[in-house]
Amino acid sequence: MLEIRNLAKSFGGVKATNDVTLDFPDGSLTAVIGPNGAGKSTFFNLITGALKPDSGQVLLDGVDLAGRSPPEIVRHGVGRAFQVASIFKSLTVQETMLAAVSADQRSSAVLHKRFPLPETRDRAEHVMELLGLAGKRNRTAATLSHGDQKLLDIALALVLEPKVLLLDEPTAGMGPEERWRMIDKVRELWETQKITVVFIEHDMDIVFKIAPKIVVLCYGRILATGTPDEIRNNSAVIDAYLGTEHAGAAA
Amino acid sequence: MTELEAGRAERLAPASGSAAFQRYRDVLIALIAFAVLACLPLLSGSKALLDFVIRCSAYGLFATSLNLLVGYTGLTSFGHGMFFGLGAYSFGLIMQRLGVPIPVAFVATLAITAVIAAAIGAICVRLKEIYFAFVTLAFQMLIHSMILSWASFTGGDQGLRGGIPRPVFLGIDLANHVHLYVASCALLILGLLAMRQIAQSPFGYTLRMIRDNAARASFLGIDVWRAKLTVFVLAALFASMGGMVMALFVSGAYPEFAYWTISGEGIFINMLGGVSTFLGPMVGTVLLLLLNDTVTRFTEYHGIVLGVVILFFALGLRKGLLDFVAEWFAHRRDAVEGR
Repeated sequence: MLEIRNLAKSFGGVKATNDVTLDFPDGSLTAVIGPNGAGKSTFFNLITGALKPDSGQVLLDGVDLAGRSPPEIVRHGVGRAFQVASIFKSLTVQETMLAAVSADQRSSAVLHKRFPLPETRDRAEHVMELLGLAGKRNRTAATLSHGDQKLLDIALALVLEPKVLLLDEPTAGMGPEERWRMIDKVRELWETQKITVVFIEHDMDIVFKIAPKIVVLCYGRILATGTPDEIRNNSAVIDAYLGTEHAGAAA
Repeated sequence: MTELEAGRAERLAPASGSAAFQRYRDVLIALIAFAVLACLPLLSGSKALLDFVIRCSAYGLFATSLNLLVGYTGLTSFGHGMFFGLGAYSFGLIMQRLGVPIPVAFVATLAITAVIAAAIGAICVRLKEIYFAFVTLAFQMLIHSMILSWASFTGGDQGLRGGIPRPVFLGIDLANHVHLYVASCALLILGLLAMRQIAQSPFGYTLRMIRDNAARASFLGIDVWRAKLTVFVLAALFASMGGMVMALFVSGAYPEFAYWTISGEGIFINMLGGVSTFLGPMVGTVLLLLLNDTVTRFTEYHGIVLGVVILFFALGLRKGLLDFVAEWFAHRRDAVEGR
């Protein structure tokens, strides 16, 4: 279980994350929403070690990860994908996967053997199949479509076999149809892999349709948490973020 | 920076077991190359040709090791030449003052290089791009001025004079021109083979990941700083080997070996030959030395000619010679596959 306890981070006078306490039970799927500048990405950066929190705890199965380095946190089982696909542009899809498995098996500093190591093949193969990238294995990452690059980014996180997967806007920059394909994929991964998934999303239709639990952030604070129905009818959320359209649709 | 991506042209063969095959293929190529080079003295009596190959060995080891930093890791060092100079001076001084067997001096020099490279690298590899380039250059200047000012030990601007003693070991007499030639070739081939292994190892792919996207690499659990420091030291060792070959060749060591222009020539060679293939710097070495030797024969303004050539490669082709060839083959292969 991932437990966030009183997490806080300020930039100058701005409290980007302000006393956030949240639980993500094992195997849960949670959407994080909020207006621009609500501190959603900062929240992810604090959990994954890209930023050091000013105070508070990030407990994964009881171990406090707050303030540790990204490599350490990854090794404890927190994987992440990025808003802008963060990939290795000159490597092929297959090389990317194999190298990531090498990193996870702590063989990324091995000098005396040839790449790829045989023991990395199965896991790389499995995740390429899972995300539908197996047919594009020999494509250089830079030549992939935007959507495939996002999938490759997620594959990079997933191939490390994380306990918790953080997805920062998996559908960013996609057309409407591609969005639904991506989000169906995310849901399918969550169902089949039995991991804890937390994702940031702007499209309310998507959030309300697939997320069993929603967290609303606003000015670094938790505005509300709950099921889609609870969020839709929460007056604070409607005022701050949703406006009346979705509230009307729910009524 | 597409022109600075080593290993782009080499694709991973899909079949399993190909990794082992690749290694045997590389060893086979190395053996053939060595056999051809070793037979050269039998075919041609030209001393100048053998001298040329010896110089190619020294510079080739140096330039290829620089490509491990520039092309594979994205670390553009402008001070890599300091390890070339360090190798030449350490080896020369150990031989002159301690009179130990050559292999002992060789290993001792590598050990000294490793320690100094680790200390300098620990400071430099934290820095990004241009700062890394500047600080490595600064260290190069520091070492160069140390050599100049510590005249009682290093001979100052006169260099290490009086020749480097070359006692016979294991029946190899490096004072003999052909023996020196074969030994240089052997060092070159072994050095290239070792660097090839580094480039194609899991560590080599870690380097490529760091070059492409260091932040992402750290989110895969890779200690980026440690990997950069490791390759910095490894590359220094091969540069030092090049310096030792040079010291043996001229039977001395001179401050120019540690001057920043050596680093500049290393970059120059990499631009000429190309950094997207492993052997690009080797091709660049041969090109540069050929150019140097022929141009200086015709004109004293050889700097201008070399400048024009590098401009042609940088602005005209926008890549090194072997990059160009590799890309041409890649295009043809894609065309054949019907894409």
